[in-house]
This record gives sequence, structure tokens and C-alpha cells, in this order.
Amino acid sequence: MTARVVMDAAEADRALQRMAHEVLEANGGVDGLVILGIPTRGVPLAERLAAAIERVEGVPVPVGQIDITMYRDDLRRHPTKALGPTRIPVELERHVVVLVDDVLFSGRTVAAALDALKDIGRPRAVQLAVLVDRGHRQLPIRADWVGKDLPTAADEHVAVALAEVDGETAVTISRPGTEGIS
Amino acid sequence: MTRDLLLTQVGLPDGTTADLAISAGRLVEPGDVNDPQRVDAAGLTALPGLVDPHTHLREPGREDAETIDTGTRAAARGGFTAVCAMANTNPVTDTGEQVAWLHQAARGASAQVVPIGAVTKGLKGEELAELALMARAGVRMFSDDGKCVHDARLMRRALEYLGDVGGVIAQHAQDPRLAGPGACCHEGEVSGRLGLAGWPAVAESVIVARDVQLAQLTGTPVHVCHVSTAETVEVLRWAKAKGMPVTAEVTPHHLMLTVAEVEGYDPTYKVNPPLRTEPDLSALADALVDGTIDMIGTDHAPHADHDKAHAFSDAAFGMLGLEQALAVVVELFVNTGRLDWAGVAERMSHAPARLARITEQGRPLRIGEPANLCLVDPTARATVDRAASASLSRNNPWHGRDLPDPVVGTLWRGEWTYAQEGLL
Amino acid sequence: MKHLLSINDLDLTGATTILDDAEEFSEVQQRDIKKLPTLRGRTVVNLFFEDSTRTRSSFEIAGKWLSADVINMSAKGSSTSKGESLRDTAMTVAAMGVDALVIRHSASGAPSQVAGWVDCGVVNAGDGMHEHPTQALLDAFTLRRHLRRVHGPDASFAGCRVAIIGDLTHSRVVRSNVLLLNLLGAEVTLVAPRTLMPSGVDAWPVTIADDVDDVLPEMDAVMLLRVQRERMSGGFFPTPREYTIGYGMTRDRLQMLRPEAAIMHPGPMNRGLEISSDAADGAASRILEQVAAGVAVRMSVLYQVLGGNQEGER
Repeated sequence: MTARVVMDAAEADRALQRMAHEVLEANGGVDGLVILGIPTRGVPLAERLAAAIERVEGVPVPVGQIDITMYRDDLRRHPTKALGPTRIPVELERHVVVLVDDVLFSGRTVAAALDALKDIGRPRAVQLAVLVDRGHRQLPIRADWVGKDLPTAADEHVAVALAEVDGETAVTISRPGTEGIS
Repeated sequence: MTRDLLLTQVGLPDGTTADLAISAGRLVEPGDVNDPQRVDAAGLTALPGLVDPHTHLREPGREDAETIDTGTRAAARGGFTAVCAMANTNPVTDTGEQVAWLHQAARGASAQVVPIGAVTKGLKGEELAELALMARAGVRMFSDDGKCVHDARLMRRALEYLGDVGGVIAQHAQDPRLAGPGACCHEGEVSGRLGLAGWPAVAESVIVARDVQLAQLTGTPVHVCHVSTAETVEVLRWAKAKGMPVTAEVTPHHLMLTVAEVEGYDPTYKVNPPLRTEPDLSALADALVDGTIDMIGTDHAPHADHDKAHAFSDAAFGMLGLEQALAVVVELFVNTGRLDWAGVAERMSHAPARLARITEQGRPLRIGEPANLCLVDPTARATVDRAASASLSRNNPWHGRDLPDPVVGTLWRGEWTYAQEGLL
Repeated sequence: MKHLLSINDLDLTGATTILDDAEEFSEVQQRDIKKLPTLRGRTVVNLFFEDSTRTRSSFEIAGKWLSADVINMSAKGSSTSKGESLRDTAMTVAAMGVDALVIRHSASGAPSQVAGWVDCGVVNAGDGMHEHPTQALLDAFTLRRHLRRVHGPDASFAGCRVAIIGDLTHSRVVRSNVLLLNLLGAEVTLVAPRTLMPSGVDAWPVTIADDVDDVLPEMDAVMLLRVQRERMSGGFFPTPREYTIGYGMTRDRLQMLRPEAAIMHPGPMNRGLEISSDAADGAASRILEQVAAGVAVRMSVLYQVLGGNQEGER
């Protein structure tokens, strides 16, 4: 077992706190903001980010989630996946969307999320916040806010565990052929 | 002239062992054969050639499904030396001329073909066919099989008329109001669950109950085709106890297969009457053993592949029977000790030959009798392969099953109509 | 899921997933842009050997909203022993490179037979007197929504009592509904004249009742099934009047229902025979919701059959 912890719970909290400040600074406050998590782990992260923003501003920011299953380009490579819920708490047209996901890797998940958003409405702008950017993009996509830049080899496995889903919070990296946390 | 034949050390139906000598188509004293072909038959049993009271040869009319040639080859492969050919061909065998045609067409066949004449013109159930003219051409058994002579008055008239002509009516017992043309599955839990139109057991037994009394009234015997239900067995038991002139047959498939086969909607298992339930199978087996049912009839019903490639309710009724009939009887009755070989010979040779009054068939294996016999290996088994059939059709319900493979050779009039590789 | 031929192809998880996903698809239907890209490039053929505009349209819209190419083929007339064989028809269509066949046939079992011949997925859109699984799924979807409205978002089918009344012998809907409602945990009571009860119904996991009036006050939902007037000539019951008085959901019987009970009917209705207009159009009626649920449920079924790689499963 050679899974190495590269971010613990406290570091993750600090990263989110920082990202909350950055989001607020870039957008000039919470007005017209909506935070949308991408299931599975993007959803609790979105809620954490929204809570962090509220702690700073003292005003709640709307949070929702956007399921991208129906927009994936690799559906036929896997057994049929059950759908996650899509909950958009606001009219997108008048809002800036901050998409939240755990790991930014190839960029395909974010591309699917952009496709899904486009079918639902036309936000003023879309921004992207991720806890970890591990590189190896396959599409011209970049994150606006990153919790941690994590240089990896393409065959390494990055796993984000969150207390809400997994019982504990940690980001680990493991080598192929070894038992990583997944 | 066929060479003389000597089967040495062959088991006989009565359990004894003997040498069987054959010359000029007859059984002769072993000393009376000249330079015979010798077959070591030790471990084999000889039965009188099997006789099927109920075969569909499909010729004329549906030579894509079966011909006289292929049907009788299948018969020979199954140990049969005679088959009674049902009348539901196209044209129907409902005239003396058609009977004569069939006799003519069957020359060169691999078994004796015994024409069955229709009871009503065109099997329509409306007017009597020319029963006496057909009788004059040699017909003894009449049947509208495939359809029931359901009109009670017409059935009575037919039986009465045959009182002078001589003969027997083989009835396909199916009340067409209780089991209409759509009925395709035994009425019960399976038909209800699968949503298939039910064919209730009573649709058979009510006709049999009526017919045995009409037979009593007219004195002309009735033969009940393909008995399929416990209810019919009860009626037959009662009728026979009363001395009513009735005989009955059961098919191999109604003895071994249940309605459960229909679960997958495979039209191979669509047959008329339909496959029934375990209690029916058990009643039929008991009846065959105790003589309430007299004989096996195969109801060999070949169908072209495309006639079975429809939805279950639209597909043709019927399944093959000649090649595996003895195998099924051996499995269910001989291997279980319920019948000995003499009992098999009675039910698959003597009784059907008496029914159809075929003088040269169903005879005991005695000196002077015709050399019609079937040579059986009681222990051989094989997995049935429908592609290996001598029949033109492939609607074989036994495909893929492990069954006895008893028939190693068939002799008709002293000539091999079938011989397993390596026998000769 | 490679095929949906019978409710027996589903386990509790599978059935629940279809209903849950259908809720998501139902949400999508509220959007301006209803089309999802999910089944882009996949081809669905509605192969209907029997007319059913309602079911066919529902599958067609479901397929199109998932971006599948949907082609309607009427094979009416070939559904007899006289015409082209079922196998030839099905294999010819499948040979065109189809990904799924949605089959409606007047003969029970036809979709199951086709599934044995072709490589593509097969969805049963109603076969003879056998099953109509997507109808049962949309009924369950409607009923679950109803229960959640009445009892809260966590309401389940457990203990839910459903009466199914009508021509049960000839109904494919009843067979699928009995299987699905049982799978989900509901209790089913069947009511019909004995002449319209399926053979062997005693072996089904249901309660059988003779008197509608005894049953109605206990039910959470009542499903009325169409009674075809043609059945009268078959002698299944003497007159429509006698049927209605004995088994119809009349205005008077409406009063016997619990206030929160739902009235359902798969359609098309014989108003005045098995259901009165008061029942069909009243507050308890969920009949229009059933129709609306059809598309979402069929999207969910098509997604199950075509949305993933089926080879690893089964």
C-alpha cells in the first residue's frame, strides 16, 4: 500500500477558505452567484464552498448540483449508470455559475457539465473551482480556482475522500498496481 | 433376390435367446438359409417391426416438410416397418383414387404406408367422404385428424355407415367450442401466466365421452388419437369396463413433456393437443401400462422451418415423433421396469397392426411370419441432434436431450431399411 | 439490462432505478430544451405488428428526447402465419444496424422470441395477453408520486393496497402490474367476474375478491381495466349494464373510496362501462398523470437498454 496523503482535512478546509475569498474577490461579492456541484464529490464540495463564502460575507449563496451522466461521451464504455439529480435553485440567465468538482484531470467531465448547463439555460458566465488539478488535460479547459496543483504521472491515481461521502477527508495519490484508496 | 440372413444369439421379446433366420422375406428355420449374411446379435433384442397408427407424411402437398420417402426413412430409423398415413394432405385422402395414388406413390418407400381415409369431404366436417369406395381401395381406418368430427350427428352417421363397410374411426377429440382455433396451450397456470389461449382438458374428454357411447350405440369401434389428459383416461377406463368398442393411443411427447416446455414460447413445443401437466403424464403412463391406453401413436408432424418461425400463437402445431418414439418408451417404461419387451411389442406393433388391420405387420417373431423386425440395443444412449434426422423437418422436441438410442437396425420384408453403421 | 421483455427481467433495484431515473427525465421535460444527447447515434425501431398510436408515440418521443434516431415500422398484416415469418421480419429489421427494437405484437411472447434471434436490445411494448412492462412501470411511477404527495417524500409501496378490476383474462397490463407491484412491496387485489379471471390466477401473489364493494373502502389505489364490448359476444358477461352495476367505477362507488385513494386506468377508457366520467375526471383520478408519465418512464427504459455497455452485464 503506497497511497500517499497529499492533502489532509485541515489543508482541504484552508484551500476551500482561500478559494471562497478568491471567488468573492473576482465576482465582487455574492450577488448573482450560484454554486453548482458535479456529482458525486463535487456536491459536498460545492456546499462547503458556499458555506465558506457565507462565513466571509454573512449572506447565503444559492447552491445546487448538475448531473452530467446524460452528457458523458463515454457512456457506452461502462454499464448503464444511474442518474444523479440536477437541482438548479435559480434562473441561470441572471447568474454567474461556479461549477465545483473534486479533481480536474482530462477536462471531459467539465466539458459535459458545460453541455448540460447549455441545455438548461444561458448563465452570464461559468467559472470552475476544483479541489485538485492534477494536469493531463485532453481538452482546452482550465480551472479558475484550484485548491492544490498536484503534478502527477498519467498512470497515477488521485483519490479525493470527503467526510460527507467517505467518512473522512483526504486527498491521496497512489501508484498503479498498488492498493490506493478509491 | 436379397441374400438370406442369420441373426445369431438375438434376444426375443419373451426374454429367450435364439438365432433368427430370414429367407425370401420370411422367418425360416435356421437350417433353411443358404449362405446367409451373418449378424452377431448377442446383447441385442429383436422386436416385431413397429407400427405407427398416426403419421403425417405431408406428401402430397407439403413436400418441403416431408415426403413419403423421407418420412418412411425416419420411420425405419425409429424401428417402424409400417406407418398409417393421416388423411390431411393436399389433396386430402378422401376418395378411392387418392388412396390408390398413395399406395402407388409409396412403392419404394422404406416402410409400409397404410392410407387413412378422411371421414368427411375435405376434412370439413360437413359431409361424409366416400367411405365405402375408400374401404374398397383398402382403407380400414378413417380420420379427420387435425380436426375433430365434432358434429355429433355426423359422427353417429359415419359410425353407422361403417357398420356395413367395416372400419374404425380415429377421432381427434377436440371440442371446437371449448378449444377454438386460437387455443394453443394447456389451460392452466402456465397459459394464464404466459397469456396464451387455453386448451382445456375437458375439450378432449367430453368428445371422448360422447364418442364411446356413439361407438356403443352403433357397434363400430372408435379409436381415440393422442390421449393427453387424465380426464380422458378416466372416461376410457369407464368405457372399457362397460365393454364399449374403443381403443386409444398416446404419443411419446404427451408421456414425457409437460406444458412447462412452453415457458420460452418456443413453437417447437406447440402441438395439438397441447403438452399437459405432471398429473396427466402420470395418468397416461399408468393407462399405457394397465392397457386402458392400447398403444403408442407418434403423431409425427413435420413442419417446414418457416412454419414454426412465427409467434407462438401463429406457428404451426406439431412435432416430430418417429425417430425417438421407442427411445422415449424405453426410457419411461423399460428402464423403469414398468414394461418388458413383450409389453413394448404389444403397444408399438401388435396393437396398432390389429387396429389398422394390417395383416403382414405386428406378427409374432415365429417361423413363417413376415420378417418385419426391429433390432434393439437396450443400453445404447445418445444426445438427440435434430440435424441428424432422416426427416426433412427439424421440429424435434427431443433435440439436445440425452435419451436411449435403441434402434440399431430395421428389417422390412427381410430387407434392411435401416442399419446402424458397423452392424453389418 | 439487455432487454425488457417482462417485469421478471427486473429486480427491486432495477425497477427502482428506472422509476428514480424517470423522475430525473420528468424534470428534463419541464425545460425549454427537452432533448438530451445521451443516445446520439443510436437507432431505435418501433416495430409495431399491432396498432397503438399512444404507446408508439410515447416511445417515439422518449427516443427522440434522448437524441436516438427513431424509426416507426408498421408490420401490421405480417403478424399471421400467412405473411412473412416473425423471424424474417425481425431479423431483416435488425440487419439494418438497429440498436434496439421496440416491439408490439398481438401474440403473447413475440418479443421474447425475437430477443432470441437478434443481437440488438428488445423492449416489449405490449405482447398479446402476456405483458406490457412499460405500462406497469408508468403506473407504478404515477402511483409512487401519488403516495409521496399523500404520505410524504419517503412514502414507499410497502402496505400499499391496489385493486385491479376489469377484464383480467385478456389484459397484458394486469400481468405486468401484478409482478411489478409485488416486487415493489404493494398488495394487489384482483376483482372480476370468474369468466374474466386468468387461468391459474389462484397461484398468483394476489388476493382474489368477488365483491367490488367489499374491496373499495380498503384501497389506496384502484386500477380499472378496459372491458371490450366485443367480449360480450364471447359470453364472458351478459350485458354491459350488468357489468357496470357489478364492477364499474360508478358515481356511487366513488363515495366508497378513501379520500386519498387514487383512480387509475391504462386507457383507452370505455366511459360508462368500467368507469364513469365522474371517476375518470374527478379529483381522485390520476389518469392524465399516467399518460404524462409514459414518456419519462420510456426514456428511462431506453436509457437502461441503450445507455451503457450491456456486454459486461447479464
